[in-house]
Amino acid sequence: MKEFLQQPWPWYVAGVLIGLIVPALLILGNKHFGISANLRHACAACFPSNINFFKYDWKKESWNLFFVGGILIGALIAALGLPDPNPIVVNPDLVNELNTYGINDYSSMVPQQLVSWDSLFTARGLIMMVGGGFLVGFGSRYAGGCTSGHAIMGLSNLQWPSLVATCCFMAGGFLMANLILPFIMKL
Amino acid sequence: MSAEKNIQEILTDFEVRSLDTVCINESTQQHPWWYNFKYLAVGILFGIVFVKAEIISWFRMQEMFRFQSFHMYGVIGTAVVVGAISIALIKKFKVKTIHGEEINFTPKKFNKGQIIGGLIFGLGWALTGACPGPIFAQIGMGITVMIVVLLSAIAGTWVYGYFRDRLPH
Repeated sequence: MKEFLQQPWPWYVAGVLIGLIVPALLILGNKHFGISANLRHACAACFPSNINFFKYDWKKESWNLFFVGGILIGALIAALGLPDPNPIVVNPDLVNELNTYGINDYSSMVPQQLVSWDSLFTARGLIMMVGGGFLVGFGSRYAGGCTSGHAIMGLSNLQWPSLVATCCFMAGGFLMANLILPFIMKL
Repeated sequence: MSAEKNIQEILTDFEVRSLDTVCINESTQQHPWWYNFKYLAVGILFGIVFVKAEIISWFRMQEMFRFQSFHMYGVIGTAVVVGAISIALIKKFKVKTIHGEEINFTPKKFNKGQIIGGLIFGLGWALTGACPGPIFAQIGMGITVMIVVLLSAIAGTWVYGYFRDRLPH
């Protein structure tokens, strides 16, 4: 059983479980699935700086902080309790492409040669982690939600603005992965 | 403070928060803080799925944006179908919360932010290989450098809040 759970879970299992989070949060307490709002709560709690956007009672949203706290603990449980002993299996085309940038370590969920403390002090590592993080935070709040709030919760509730947002998320991703990232990787 | 002023403040607070997508349900029920542990439990399940289905993998994101794997499309597509059926059932049968409260939904209003912000978010998503949820999961599984990404994302959110009035919406 444990060995069975240790292998990577197929998409349909993950999809069903994530989909069920939507009704679970609604039935447990009328909460709408969303994660990026936590970044706003962090600003409201720590650096409101008299900015209207951060002047609200973030304590009312503390359920959301418990929710991401759970994600953190769940990931720790999975990593310690159900570790996958095998390297991650990646499409050969991507392997070839990454090889040209000197990336060939598949032992972790992230490429160690790119996402690590050592890499943080290289040009491409800095752009990826500090620049990428900034764009994620800025963009998700500008769009009013991230993959969970728009692509999953919004689409599940048949909200067309969420479909617009989801299409733009994907368009931005295609643009970055195919046209911009190759230049950053060569730095 | 007069009652009227107090109500005014509550309304302003609601308006400010309703500009966002999540959590504007004004529950009149008061629960002790430890009731929030039920959301922690759901989060734990989510975190395990994130790791075991490799949704937090930078490689999976790169495959998705290059059409080299069906995995992420399958995950998100299935989640939306299951979520949509669940919401339809909740609406049809007027399902209540476990505390007997009515479940309500707020329509999302369209604004240009969903296009401009969406594109910016997409750029960051492919660059870091993580959207906000997976950032927390990656920190949890011990990829500590993702704390830098998280702090940077909080900084990005703050800068958005600072310039919000001057940005097209």
